[in-house]
Amino acid sequence: MSGGVDSSVAAALLVEQGHHVSGVTLRLWDNTGDSGCCSVAEIDDARRVADQVGIDHWVWTFAEEFEARVVAPYAAAHAGGLTPNPCIECNRHLKFGRLLQRARQLGFDAVATGHHARVRDDGAGRVRLLRGADRAKDQSYVLYVLGQDTLSRCLFPVGEMTKDEVRSRAAAMALRTAAKPDSQDVCFVTTGGGRASFLAPRIDLHPGRVVDTAGATIGRVDAVELVTVGQRKGLGTGGGGARYALSVDPATGTVVAGDLGELHTDRVELGELAWTAGPVEGPACVAGTHQPACVAGTHQVQAQSSAHGPAVDATVEGATVRFARPQRRVAPGQSVVLYCGDEVLGGGIAR
Amino acid sequence: MAAYLDNAATTPMRPEAVEAMLPFLGERFGNPSGAHALAREARKALDEAREMVAGCLGAEPGEVVFTGGGTEADNLAVTGAHSARPGGVVYTAVEHHAVLHAAAALGGTVAPVRADGVVDLDRLAGLLAPGITVVSVMLANNEVGTIQPLDRVAALVRDRAPGAVLHTDAVQAFQWLDVATAAAGCDLVAVSGHKFGGPKGVGALVVRAGVALRPIIHGGGQERDRRSGTHNVGGIVAMAAAMRATVAERAEVGRRVGALRDRLADGLLAAVPDSAETGDRRLKIAGNCHLSFAGVEAESLLMLLDAAGVYASAGSACASGAVDPSHVLTAMGMSRLQAAGSLRLSLGRTTSEADVELALATIPPAVARLRAL
Repeated sequence: MSGGVDSSVAAALLVEQGHHVSGVTLRLWDNTGDSGCCSVAEIDDARRVADQVGIDHWVWTFAEEFEARVVAPYAAAHAGGLTPNPCIECNRHLKFGRLLQRARQLGFDAVATGHHARVRDDGAGRVRLLRGADRAKDQSYVLYVLGQDTLSRCLFPVGEMTKDEVRSRAAAMALRTAAKPDSQDVCFVTTGGGRASFLAPRIDLHPGRVVDTAGATIGRVDAVELVTVGQRKGLGTGGGGARYALSVDPATGTVVAGDLGELHTDRVELGELAWTAGPVEGPACVAGTHQPACVAGTHQVQAQSSAHGPAVDATVEGATVRFARPQRRVAPGQSVVLYCGDEVLGGGIAR
Repeated sequence: MAAYLDNAATTPMRPEAVEAMLPFLGERFGNPSGAHALAREARKALDEAREMVAGCLGAEPGEVVFTGGGTEADNLAVTGAHSARPGGVVYTAVEHHAVLHAAAALGGTVAPVRADGVVDLDRLAGLLAPGITVVSVMLANNEVGTIQPLDRVAALVRDRAPGAVLHTDAVQAFQWLDVATAAAGCDLVAVSGHKFGGPKGVGALVVRAGVALRPIIHGGGQERDRRSGTHNVGGIVAMAAAMRATVAERAEVGRRVGALRDRLADGLLAAVPDSAETGDRRLKIAGNCHLSFAGVEAESLLMLLDAAGVYASAGSACASGAVDPSHVLTAMGMSRLQAAGSLRLSLGRTTSEADVELALATIPPAVARLRAL
């Protein structure tokens, strides 16, 4: 329970369904302020909602694991010129790692969160992960790292609802979190300060040269570590056509920039592949010896490289994802998630 | 049935204290600063309470300042003494946050403790110098129960920092120790009502005659200009009643609870493999049982114990209700991992054999269960 409306309603729904429920708020970050993630105010909101729905509430401190598994790798990835997605690592290691592990130690059967996603038993012994019913609020992208063992112990009670339905449900139950705004993206990076102020005390930021594909200097940046592949603004390339970052090399302090055509590519190489229900190969998700058929029956594999899409037709060739039509290249460090219709097949991290 | 083993956090109110308090929540509601019969009645109750508290703390009535609790008393002592006579501040690494944060805010210097939690007198001596104006050393620790040798500390302060005032946080000590004697060499002594059967939100600070202190709360000049604000008459009267009852029974309660504590600690150490007792039991207050269980997370253990009706604690509770790594255990040289597996069972006046039996029956299987997965 983050103190937000989704996990509040999730808890209330589980109680309605007759489960024995305890609420847990994770304290991942030593937020001594009075607002934002892990703050006393958010924890108070979660606790009061737990009181309202009549369940116990606990605060679990996983700050050390969060630092080691999420924050430090996030900073290290930036130092290496990557654009990491810390929410995915938090889900992998904390929410569905440490939290689930401790819950099982304590005798709980499952962990439920307020993610907009769905899990469905396919009747053939596997649990499938699906997009949330509210496509605009779908959060399945950040859950692709969950395997069968984890998915079989996950519940996403608000995944069948639209955000509006969640809010009106919260209002109908008079939950104090009904009207709270949606949370920000990366909990530990403040809206005001941004990545730069978060990273500056943690890694060395170096000014860099922006060169074209022929090697000629065309601009400068204050910190190569903060440049994201695909970025157009802030490259200091002045006039001429729009220039996009094509690659970032902190070792030499160089950003290569090019035009929109040069930004496009027909493939992306992935590392750390993870599959929800088994590996997938090829352009279509069909039943066979190597892969499970998708539950939607759409069969066309699609790749999505940001939280809210778009998803484009693609073919899986081992660790390579080939797009049916050229796409803007995916910033290394970002996750590419493979779908078949609404089903999450898995994904990996762009190299 | 539940076993309440969190008496260091707070204690149930003594019946004498409840009874003493009730009239002041009803018909005897006067403000003791007023000038009429109802006010005089309150004033009389306040004066009597002050005399009682002074007697229990080995002080003169005029040396007792009533506060809104132990934290305020500690803050008034450290900040108020420093404000009256600015200079260096020295405090131990195991102080309660009320002293720790107040002293740190003044740029104070930390005196380390030994592995048993007792302040390292040699190192303390090295920090004491004529420029030091405030020294703060608690009497008994809230987490591990260790008693500090205040007489030796006082002698060191007189010898090496003669201009300094010595403050002691006796909040955890009062239930168990004769504070009047133990803190006789201290200039400032803080206590808190709810740690010995009084109500929450009321405490006292002894300020020995001649000790310079500036208020931290300004207003109507109550408490001889040392602590403004309308008196919490009912709370003060109840605290005084709890104090008197505590002093009368202290030796007997200490013996009885000490025996229960020994049975609990020895029983758990025998029943749980890879368990250890924190500190030296001979140097602890009778109600403290502090153990660590290798490979166990206290947050998980507390949940299992809660479900089984055993109410204990771990580390020090923070504002969010989470369990923070304990500065006390860290200062004693305990590893973070061992500290994370620490459990504080604090017994009190009302602890029964049945409570100890329930804890002995509950904790070993809970630890085993957490270690199994």
